[in-house]
Amino acid sequence: MRQKASNTEAMAQAQNIPVGGTTSGSIAVAAESTVATRMSAPPSFDVADFPVPHGREEEWRFTPLERLRGLHDGTAVATGDGVRVDIDAPEGVVVESVGRDDARVGKAGVPVDRVAAQAYSAFKEAGVVTVPKETVLTEPIRIAVHGEGGVAYGHQVIELGAFAEAVVVIDHTGDAALAANVDYVLGDGAKLTVVSVQDWDDKAVHVGQHNALIGRDASFKSFVVTFGGDLVRLHPRVQYAGTGGEAELFGLYFTDAGQHQEHRLLVDHNVPHCKSNVVYKGALQGDDAHAVWIGDVLIEARAEGTDTYEMNRNLVLTDGARVDSVPNLEIETGEIVGAGHASATGRFDDEQLFYLMARGIPQQEARRLVVRGFFAELVQQIGVADIEERLITKIEEELEASVA
Amino acid sequence: MATLEIRDLHVTVEADNATKEILKGVDLTVKQGETHAIMGPNGSGKSTLAYSIAGHPKYTITQGTVTLDGEDVLEMEVDERARAGMFLAMQYPVEVPGVSVSNFLRTSATAIRGEAPKLRTWVKEVKESMAALQMDPSFAERNVNEGFSGGEKKRHEILQMELLKPKIAILDETDSGLDVDALRVVSEGVNRVRDTGEVGTLLITHYTRILRYIKPDFVHVFANGRIAESGGAELADKLESEGYEAYVKGGASE
Repeated sequence: MRQKASNTEAMAQAQNIPVGGTTSGSIAVAAESTVATRMSAPPSFDVADFPVPHGREEEWRFTPLERLRGLHDGTAVATGDGVRVDIDAPEGVVVESVGRDDARVGKAGVPVDRVAAQAYSAFKEAGVVTVPKETVLTEPIRIAVHGEGGVAYGHQVIELGAFAEAVVVIDHTGDAALAANVDYVLGDGAKLTVVSVQDWDDKAVHVGQHNALIGRDASFKSFVVTFGGDLVRLHPRVQYAGTGGEAELFGLYFTDAGQHQEHRLLVDHNVPHCKSNVVYKGALQGDDAHAVWIGDVLIEARAEGTDTYEMNRNLVLTDGARVDSVPNLEIETGEIVGAGHASATGRFDDEQLFYLMARGIPQQEARRLVVRGFFAELVQQIGVADIEERLITKIEEELEASVA
Repeated sequence: MATLEIRDLHVTVEADNATKEILKGVDLTVKQGETHAIMGPNGSGKSTLAYSIAGHPKYTITQGTVTLDGEDVLEMEVDERARAGMFLAMQYPVEVPGVSVSNFLRTSATAIRGEAPKLRTWVKEVKESMAALQMDPSFAERNVNEGFSGGEKKRHEILQMELLKPKIAILDETDSGLDVDALRVVSEGVNRVRDTGEVGTLLITHYTRILRYIKPDFVHVFANGRIAESGGAELADKLESEGYEAYVKGGASE
């Protein structure tokens, strides 16, 4: 019998940080339960197995389908000028292009929604980046995905052999309608840090499923950083291939007027004695800025000794923004180390501004202080200096735009 | 010597689609080194006076002047007023998520002093002030006012007053909601700053209790948007025994 421990705990945790006092009118906070595995169709590599979504399905209900540029209904046909992918890899790394029949493609996970399946069904060739076993990289692998204005479908595999260690930066810029999945396959004892930056132009649409399969005693650390785009919807998922695996999933988003940024996570504790820690933080500003965070954690019956925590925090800087934050925890065994989740949405308002300014701090500095402070704990953990700097610069730019 | 001069100050607020006059001609002069207590019943406009001087956007000045050493305070932005030497200890300090107390204090001190305080002396300075206010060092790592108890918030306000060393400090009901022990600790903090002789203090309170710890040079009774009577410390004793009734008859605003 599946035990559901989500709803009341989520609500209680969501209230840990007072929302009521400083949150009003224009902010809606959802902290409700969903069932992690409730999807409208079973996972499949074939797009034909998924009906075209109408928007009322659990997994689509927050997404403005009309802004997907046809990625969801088969009308978006890949054009030659979709995206340009440049891979810059240090010595020792193997970079290949392969067909979908390659055994490594799709090994980390199966598409769970129609757009992910569409991407899988429509890509021409998959990229495979392999870090051979026991290879420890000192420089990051950089994958630059630059949108050239068209429609594109893609698939990227990043595989680390046993005890290999690597940092991978996937950087999305330009304009495109892109549906692309990424597989991370970690061998036993491997250590992978991935930074996926969504720094798209204003019109871009980006949908993707990120599957991580974590080997025995391996550790996976992921930063998903979303700034740009008209609509970004990412679905990071984690499964374990052996005991002792660890996943740290960190996310930052800065959602501006009119943007829809959606992060849907699933950590499936399908193996005993694994850990996961999820922290996503977002700042929002401007009319119709919409951030969605779904955090699903499933602790299967056999996953004894699981230790998991997930948290989502949002900072609403202006009126007119909307956050939907839905943490969800399903526990099928009580023999665990720990399981918890929290969601909180707070607001930077005129009273906070007055308080800081009444202490001599100029207005712009006050906003900067609040937003930098909010993101600092995550930014500092990235460990890739140029990305950290770019992120801070981005945050400053976003703030300047809002004050001007 | 710094002097705050308030002359014929009239202030309105917008409430329920109507403009309401709260301050109806306030005259007051506060000099560096002096302590003035402003006492009055609820709704008399005491807090409005405090927030208007600090520049809260909710209040509109319709008449009168406020100057600090001849400089027009009302022309200044909120942050400029603070940098000019004004300080407001708030009755309800605001929570600022994501900003630690230590980062906040340092940013504020940097803004007020015009340069970043030297790290070593700064850390010592903060530590000593916190210890004197019986604040646990872990306070510095917490977010500004987030989850603070009423007493912790007030200690944090007075900590800022000690560190920022204003010329004129307005304490808006700093005593409200404090138990006797917390009141004593907070009052001692205020007295340490007063003892420097460098600050003019405007102590706004509903109760006479705090005046046992902080001895005012002047007491003003505030009623119906203006100062109804001024005197020395003995006026507080009169209020203690007689209450505000004599002042509110026929003139209570709300």
